[in-house]
Amino acid sequence: MNNRQIWLTLITLALFAVVPPLAAIFDQPFYVDMLARVLILALAAVSLDFILGYGGMVSFGHAAYMGIGAYTVGIFSFYGIDNGFIQFPLAMAASALVGLIFGAMSLRTSGVYFIMITLAFAQMLYFLGISLEEFGGDDGMTAARSEFAGLVDLNDSSQFYYLVLACLALVLFILHRLVRSRFGMVIRASRTNEKRMQAMGFHTYRYKLAGFTIAASICGLSGALFANLNEFVSPDIMHWTRSGEIMIMVIMGGMGTLIGPVLGAAGFLLLEEYLPQWMEIFMTNAGEHWAIIMGPILIAIVLFGRGGIHALFARKWFPRRSGARNGGGKGHG
Amino acid sequence: MDPLLLLEQSFNGLQFGVMLFLIAAGLTLVFGVMDLVNLAHGSLVMIGAYLATTLVAWTDSFLLGMILALPATFVVGALVEVVALRTLYRRDHLDQVLATFGLILFFNEVVRIVWGPISLYSGLPDYLSGHVEIIPGAPYPVFRLLIIAVGLAVAGIIYLIVAHTRLGMLIRAGASNNEMVGALGVNIKSLFTLVFALGAVFAGLAGMMLGPLTSVESGMGEPLLILAFVVIIIGGIGSIRGAFIAAIVIGMVDTVGRIFLPVLLRAVVSDAAADTAGPALASMLIYILMAAILVVRPRGLFPARTG
Amino acid sequence: MSKRIIGLAIGLATGLALAATPVAAETVKVGFITTLSGPAGIIGKPMKNAFELGLEHVGGRLGGLDTEIIYGDDQRKPDVAKQLTNKMIKRDRVQFISGIIWSNLLIAVHGPVTRSDTFLISSNAGPSAVAGKKCSENFFNVAFQNDMMPEGMGKYMTDKKIDNVYAMAPNYQAGKDMIKGFKRMFKGKIAGEVYTKLGQKDYQAEISALRAAKPSAVFIFLPGGMGINFIKQYTQAGLSSKIPLYSAYTVDAISLPALKDAAVGTFGVQHWSPDLGNSVNRRFVADYRKKYGKTPSFYAAQAYDTVMLLDKAIRTAGGVSDRAKLRAAMRAGDFPTTRGTFKFNNNHFPIQNIYLREAVKEADGSYVTKTRGVIISAHGDSYAKSCGMKW
Repeated sequence: MNNRQIWLTLITLALFAVVPPLAAIFDQPFYVDMLARVLILALAAVSLDFILGYGGMVSFGHAAYMGIGAYTVGIFSFYGIDNGFIQFPLAMAASALVGLIFGAMSLRTSGVYFIMITLAFAQMLYFLGISLEEFGGDDGMTAARSEFAGLVDLNDSSQFYYLVLACLALVLFILHRLVRSRFGMVIRASRTNEKRMQAMGFHTYRYKLAGFTIAASICGLSGALFANLNEFVSPDIMHWTRSGEIMIMVIMGGMGTLIGPVLGAAGFLLLEEYLPQWMEIFMTNAGEHWAIIMGPILIAIVLFGRGGIHALFARKWFPRRSGARNGGGKGHG
Repeated sequence: MDPLLLLEQSFNGLQFGVMLFLIAAGLTLVFGVMDLVNLAHGSLVMIGAYLATTLVAWTDSFLLGMILALPATFVVGALVEVVALRTLYRRDHLDQVLATFGLILFFNEVVRIVWGPISLYSGLPDYLSGHVEIIPGAPYPVFRLLIIAVGLAVAGIIYLIVAHTRLGMLIRAGASNNEMVGALGVNIKSLFTLVFALGAVFAGLAGMMLGPLTSVESGMGEPLLILAFVVIIIGGIGSIRGAFIAAIVIGMVDTVGRIFLPVLLRAVVSDAAADTAGPALASMLIYILMAAILVVRPRGLFPARTG
Repeated sequence: MSKRIIGLAIGLATGLALAATPVAAETVKVGFITTLSGPAGIIGKPMKNAFELGLEHVGGRLGGLDTEIIYGDDQRKPDVAKQLTNKMIKRDRVQFISGIIWSNLLIAVHGPVTRSDTFLISSNAGPSAVAGKKCSENFFNVAFQNDMMPEGMGKYMTDKKIDNVYAMAPNYQAGKDMIKGFKRMFKGKIAGEVYTKLGQKDYQAEISALRAAKPSAVFIFLPGGMGINFIKQYTQAGLSSKIPLYSAYTVDAISLPALKDAAVGTFGVQHWSPDLGNSVNRRFVADYRKKYGKTPSFYAAQAYDTVMLLDKAIRTAGGVSDRAKLRAAMRAGDFPTTRGTFKFNNNHFPIQNIYLREAVKEADGSYVTKTRGVIISAHGDSYAKSCGMKW
């Protein structure tokens, strides 16, 4: 992360921070909730970017860790334990543990095998969720909002929003430091040339596994927040298309930039929200066919939008050199 | 456990397996030769089913409709390759995953607009709706036997093409080292289009034969797509032999597993627990199998690529 | 400008425009949430159509007042449904939220909506989770409680002295509820109880196992594409002529066009049928066929009834400002319904007739379900007694 990115990050976070007062002025509290959802999924996207953009680990099952986080909150709530100081750390720990186990097996593979084995693990959890009769199975279960000893009231939209924003800012800061640390260097270097790093005596597998576990843990936090936002948990959160959507947010925003995925999440979710409405303007009932426009938009982003929204900003506002990186390992080595 | 029932279930597993093979064959060829992860391969299954159903209705002949649908899916496959996918070969897998994910959204919606949201009716002619009592007391649908026969025949044809023709030589060369093929002076562009369209025909054929069995609807390809990926990953990317073996294994494990797992569990735990855990475990079974195989053999059972 | 900024600007501008419009005190605002995009749009679209037809029949004015309908597409995702209800309550300030097809989506929005000043009216989903202890005075269901149909089928098969029944449902909550409901009223022997994968395509293996169990009848709950797949394959296996098939929520106006002859002769159970002879239903079915060229499904009938309930209740209550009056008016349940008779139970779920329906082929080549008698008249659900609400 260079200076431009830091500035872009700060500006973006500041823009998000003024949303609740603006919404209050215009008496439109709905937008606070809508953007809280954006920020929560942005958190998941940022965690994926950490392993995908920097580590070249194309995890196609990232939604599984959101599911673990969400189900941890849901299950505690089911047994009447609403204390967020218990729920949240355990949600992150549980996701980290599952991430560690799945990661340990998945990282033995590479390339497309990795994409598919992470997908397979997520599918396993998805079907497990459907079979959890005790916890509502496919219907899911309601989850009361977490309590934080009176410090933060999650039933208050603004307080909830700022909690999410604070989590995101903190995660961005931690990951920013991590990427620039020795640990981050090894992960980044092993993306471009793993054999060389191994020859230099680094156990790249362990570094990558640690990165994978950290990402899973952050994604679990996002899931715990998501359960609180919806007051509801269901296997739907782990559906493979959601893993795909999180990945799209990363690409759309700009891989390997940390702040890019935040912009990508906002772009994707707002497009999903407003695209049908825009289509209705041109033709009645056209909105239900929004996928016919969304599909080609995704293809266009891949084909022409190198670097995503982040690059757009970087080029326009800080014209030095494109800040986006190319990424995603190809090949079967 | 009734041995005759087990035998009948093996037939069911075999039939499911050859169906998976038809879908996986194209996927693994495209993957092996062009190094393309095509999530939209399931859409080709769907398009095959829709085209066949429509053509059968138009020509009022099951056979004629099916035969016409084959070149139709070939054309669709070639078009998709030329218009959308060709530019993706040089991109990394991540871009391919996303772009073809976009294609899925697009195709599902196109089908909904063109054919409407309601599932199409697709039936069987009288000469195919009969039964044969191959196993005493268990009449088996003729059409399902036909699927097994067609699937095995196509597997044979693919084997002959890959092992004994010039096209097959190029495919094999491409799967192990695709820069080499270009260096040999082969028109790589048309080779890629041909391979992709052939894969589309196999997928479309699977869709055509699925039509009379299942509902022909938008999005029908995706559950099969994920299974087909499991097959080619287990079999080893680019390997037709691997895809065939893995498809049969997956077909058997899934079919036999989901029927007998609850029964087996009932013997170990309480009925209620078995009813809960059995189907859950059965639906996870193939993913567990895949993860286990990849942990032991990270590049599948028969990896084709050397590099 | 990024998409985010554009989206935000447009969003805020829309919000401003709405905020600036003076809202007359007595404008009826109804949110209608259903699944329009994706494969499940096959159910949601007819519901929206029927809802619009109902509005046409009341002159576009619910209870004679200015009416604004806000449609929402939930994409069959709980979190999207949650966001839609949130938007409708906080931004559009609707008095009613209706629609909602899926149990899991209803459970997701039930708590937050019923705690707000908005009535939640289910036009389809009726999970047990909100029918018993969690019943709410702000929630009404104009459709059914999930267990009612399998209970009806259980009773019918018991009355007919059908023994040794093989039961099959997908492995998820509604599937388990269905089998439980069936067994509640079925007194005979169960030959087998099988839960299949949700969204399963090929049932050949299950059919082989089924035949080996030698049941005298089969009861299935396999909604949507699953039912189409199963019944086609069941017929192809040559079993339809040997082991009669009974179903719930499986053979209807949506699956019949894809099933055709395969479904003919199978028995289903429903609280409504297109051939019910009451005048409201005759008008609804005739006008629906005229306008949309298709036979309506029970989903559509429920959406139509939702309009009629709202119209009558708002008229009786004399507006939408007094929530207690509105609630009392809805509880009366005396709206013109396509079902002929209708009453609300103490848990705000319907008390209604359960009919036996047979799939038949009409002389003109179309396929419909015909009513073959009332199985239970004025049937209330079994969770009402654990609901603490009294009125």
